[in-house]
Amino acid sequence: MSASADPSGTDPSGADPSAANPVLVSPHTEVGAPIVRITALRKSFGTNEVLKGIDLDVMRGEVVAVIGKSGSGKSTLLRCINGLEVFQEGSLSVDGKPLLHDSALAMRELRQRVGMIFQSFNLFPHLSVGRNVMLAPRLVKKRRADENEARARQLLARVGLAEKFDAMPDQLSGGQQQRVAIARALAMDPAVMLCDEITSALDPELVGEVLRVVESLAEDGMTLLMVTHEMGFARKVADRIIFMDRGRVHESGPPDKIFGHPETPELKQFLSSLHD
Amino acid sequence: MRIALDFWPVLVQWPLLLEGAAWTLGLTAIATLLGSGIGIACAWARAKGPRPLRWAAGVYVELIRNTPFIVQLFFIFFGLPAAGIKLTPLTASILAMTINLGAYATEIIRAGIVATPRGQIEAGESLALSRVQIFFHVVLPPALKRVWPALVSQIIIVMLGSAVCGQISMEELSHAANLIQSRNFRAFEAYILATLVYLGLAVLVRRLLNWVGPRFVFGGRGGA
Amino acid sequence: MVDFTLWDILRNLLLAARWTIVLSLIAFIGGGVMGLVLLVLRLGRNRFADMVIGGYVQLFQGTPLLMQLFLLYFGIALFGVDTSPWVAACMALTLYTSAYLTEIWRGCVEAVPRGQWEASASLALSFGQQLSHIILPQALKIAVPPTVGFLVQVIKGTALASVIGFVELTKAGGMIANATYEPLLVYGFVALIYFAICFPISLVAGSLERKLHVGQR
Repeated sequence: MSASADPSGTDPSGADPSAANPVLVSPHTEVGAPIVRITALRKSFGTNEVLKGIDLDVMRGEVVAVIGKSGSGKSTLLRCINGLEVFQEGSLSVDGKPLLHDSALAMRELRQRVGMIFQSFNLFPHLSVGRNVMLAPRLVKKRRADENEARARQLLARVGLAEKFDAMPDQLSGGQQQRVAIARALAMDPAVMLCDEITSALDPELVGEVLRVVESLAEDGMTLLMVTHEMGFARKVADRIIFMDRGRVHESGPPDKIFGHPETPELKQFLSSLHD
Repeated sequence: MRIALDFWPVLVQWPLLLEGAAWTLGLTAIATLLGSGIGIACAWARAKGPRPLRWAAGVYVELIRNTPFIVQLFFIFFGLPAAGIKLTPLTASILAMTINLGAYATEIIRAGIVATPRGQIEAGESLALSRVQIFFHVVLPPALKRVWPALVSQIIIVMLGSAVCGQISMEELSHAANLIQSRNFRAFEAYILATLVYLGLAVLVRRLLNWVGPRFVFGGRGGA
Repeated sequence: MVDFTLWDILRNLLLAARWTIVLSLIAFIGGGVMGLVLLVLRLGRNRFADMVIGGYVQLFQGTPLLMQLFLLYFGIALFGVDTSPWVAACMALTLYTSAYLTEIWRGCVEAVPRGQWEASASLALSFGQQLSHIILPQALKIAVPPTVGFLVQVIKGTALASVIGFVELTKAGGMIANATYEPLLVYGFVALIYFAICFPISLVAGSLERKLHVGQR
């Protein structure tokens, strides 16, 4: 695919990335180029096609929320972006680097640019909080030990867990674990963060603390692509909402339009089903 | 009928028992280190390796687990010289114990690896770790933690099994008991004492490994 | 100097393997009966019995089987009884087996949920009735795979009887190896015969266990 294709009229966010918090290393891309570019992506599990031709560009600093029924393919789409799922057709590039499943080296290059937060946290249970954050920078980026630790402490402070550096994951609440997972992903200086239903496994009273961290990342100019069931949050934080239905991007646009003036019957039905 | 037990003639030979116990511990320590290494390598081969390797590791595990240790030892010590490989009692003992423990450790560690949640590997992948890094830093330490009690039990079984090495004149604990009884004809007393020393060693090794495991093998704040 | 054909070696080993099987069966059946008695005694919630049997299990699991064989061999002689390797081997292996089986089975009984004891007690069943009608039938199901698996341990354990002079497969192998000067071949055969006996049992134990796990889900 050609990286020079016109970014198909998507409206970059109005946020000014230059005001970014110093904790976040500024993205490496040129201004104006999409960070994630997905073209005609198709993906099947066996004979079951779950993504039926997806085109999506995500601009630098943009916050995109993907909504839709379960089974609409939104999690699969997210997992395709860092190669956890292998797709059959179409192309995908992150920060100008194409996703090549067959090249382990290219995959690792790409994954250094993409941070992922999982629904089930997936902290490493045998490592302390600090070591969870420092592991990948040490092994992959060969970051110096003192620098690595300073940065890990800084990021843990960023998510409000400075005092938990030496705690073990099983000593933390779900909300705290998820915030550690966010710090762990940030430590790799990703150009884009993928959030896969990151509050779905949390008790209701713990959802807020995680969402506040995500919101502050958005304010700091981090590019975010998130699958979420928290419609209020999506409406408040996202620059653009993508509504997926049966493997396609069915409707997309700014939150006010999607939530206020849904056009298609599928989206109307989806939104009204949320209130039942 | 009276049974006269006299432990004194055996007790005065305590340096022999001590030396034997030291050899038993030494053999066990070496077999544990080497056997665990084999176990980890073969567990990887069985769980994630290419097909021929998977198959070869399976044959090794089943052959060892379904034959007696004493036959393995005799095959190595008495059989291999016929093929031109001559071994001292010490090397034969270490080899037999290592191969034996390696096979059991393979199955034990494999069970721990297979139980790794999918999300752990995905988290490692999305942090751009390589396959080797994921295996050693993400998969293996929790796997060892999961199966540590079983592994410790197996190490103790191998230590107790090493009593057979006395039969190829390896000078370990059972051999010391045999030596003592040949000097003073107090066979029952000699074997009673040696057995008690084995019992003590079993308790000691279990305690030691339960202490070592969380600190040095799969520890959280320690090595990663 | 007698010449041994391959068939002579194999035939003699197979004949000796009969005694391995006989000794295994005696130890397994004797140890099973004794293990069951110990299990019931232990479940009787008598602290003293529990402690003594726990110590018995620890003793046999914490010491080498070879030492247990020696101790019985020389211990019986202390009573002035003329011991044969036969008697000593049967007794030692039976005691050894009983200690392991009673511990395996205790784990299976403990795996039966407490609610089953409480439910049967609240129906006014006696201890014996609870055990025989409610608990043991459930424990039995999960006990079969590890029990079959332990049979392999017993068969391999009988090889140690060779050390006190009991002529079974391993001892016969040693004698034939000395007579033929073919130790590699003979011990190779010995290992293969053990494998031929044990591997099918291991396979059965493994498939029983897999079936059990499927059934539980």
